[in-house]
Amino acid sequence: MSREPIIRFIDVTKSFNGVKVLDRLNLEVFRGEILVIMGPSGVGKTVLLKHLIGLLRPDNGRILVYGEDITTMKGDDINRIRERFAFLFQWGALFDSMTVLENVTFPLRERTRLRDEEIMERALDVLAHVGLRGSEGKWPDELSGGMKKRVALARALVMEPEIILFDEPTTGLDPVICSSIHQLIAESHRKFNFTGVIISHEVPGIFEIADRVAMLYDGRIIEIGTPSEIMNSGNGAVQQFIKGSLEGPINVVF
Amino acid sequence: MGIIARMGGYVLSVLSEMGRMTIFLFEAIYTLFTPPFKFRWFLLRIRFLGTRSMIIILLTGAFTGMVLGLQLYYTLEKFGSAALLGPAVALSLVRELGPVFSALMITGRTGSALTAEIGMMRITEQIDAFYSMALNPVRYLISPTILAGLLVFPMLAAIFDVVGIYGGYFVGVRLLGMSSGTYFSEMQTFINMDDVLVGIYKSLSFGVIVTWVCSYKGFYCGHGAEGVSRATTEAVVLSSVLILVWDYFIGSVFI
Repeated sequence: MSREPIIRFIDVTKSFNGVKVLDRLNLEVFRGEILVIMGPSGVGKTVLLKHLIGLLRPDNGRILVYGEDITTMKGDDINRIRERFAFLFQWGALFDSMTVLENVTFPLRERTRLRDEEIMERALDVLAHVGLRGSEGKWPDELSGGMKKRVALARALVMEPEIILFDEPTTGLDPVICSSIHQLIAESHRKFNFTGVIISHEVPGIFEIADRVAMLYDGRIIEIGTPSEIMNSGNGAVQQFIKGSLEGPINVVF
Repeated sequence: MGIIARMGGYVLSVLSEMGRMTIFLFEAIYTLFTPPFKFRWFLLRIRFLGTRSMIIILLTGAFTGMVLGLQLYYTLEKFGSAALLGPAVALSLVRELGPVFSALMITGRTGSALTAEIGMMRITEQIDAFYSMALNPVRYLISPTILAGLLVFPMLAAIFDVVGIYGGYFVGVRLLGMSSGTYFSEMQTFINMDDVLVGIYKSLSFGVIVTWVCSYKGFYCGHGAEGVSRATTEAVVLSSVLILVWDYFIGSVFI
């Protein structure tokens, strides 16, 4: 991991219907690291992630990816940036009209000029990596939640992206599957060497695979550091979130 | 003041919706003319639009023709011109009822399914997944659908016409005892190519209207299951209204 920032949020502000979700947010992501962003539900973590590939645009501020300002990029320019990313959506977002194999080969077929045999080889390799050889012919609605996440990870890895964005990769999974997904992310990181930005509330489980952890609260990053720094943080909101306590600065809305 | 502000707000929202719909259509057409063309998705859409509506087109076509046969025979006989039943049934079907009824049936049967399918893809982030892969979902989901609509609607209308004409034949000839020769030969005298063309023009435009409206409503549907169900209802209602309005316009141009 180098200390070279490949992604920079500079004073990014975003409102929905007059409610500020991101409020002059600043954040840097370094090449090769795994950065975990945690924070209460509905605080704008997914919004932050979607800004990174231009699915949402900031009202104010700038977002630099590899030094290029993507804030107002359109068409081919934003696609050139998007090609360096992969996005793992919260519920997988697998194409439900395609089988597992078709889902995984889809980006290869559409974005590369590889021959059929090479496409199959790469797809089967990556399916083996996520432990899903033998499920190639299944449809997404025949898969369990954990398997869907694995297929989605395979679809992300198959393009060998430089940056992978994970939107709550373990939502709705039981604790065992949850750890296995964390493990899989860590193994994939070692093997494919990407930069990972993970949104998660699986504290402290997710800390095991994180290089740095950031806490998003009230539209800003209120604390960022190594997992142990975060565990020992003096910030009330951070401590409340880690401990899952009802007492503290975070407003608990039922 | 409150009422005026609310009316103004409503007008503005309608106008901006119309603007968004127009941009959406232009984007779909523009994408159609820039390679690569997604032929496989186009074929899947033809199957989707065509085969699903087949049964209902056959059924409604037959009964529309039978009702026409019955009603027109009764009317024409009063004027002593029951011999013209064939051309009367065929003209009504070819120029008017075939294109309109088949388009309405496809809207109800397949247009709603189209909106629901694209809407589900929106709320499960599959549409965002296309963007995240640096791909344009319009190229895969929308443009092929509109092109398939152009192809499928006239074909289904033609099937509707043929089945309807035989429905009229069944009532007029088999039940009411007209001669079969009269029913068909007069048809050839009274129907010319222009009548057929009007029907085809109508079907082509309905094909664009229905696929455009239904995919737009799905593509920009609201949140959750409720968003999809509302989008589906709106798509069917708007498509049906536009079919009838456009039918009047195009009918008055080609009269």
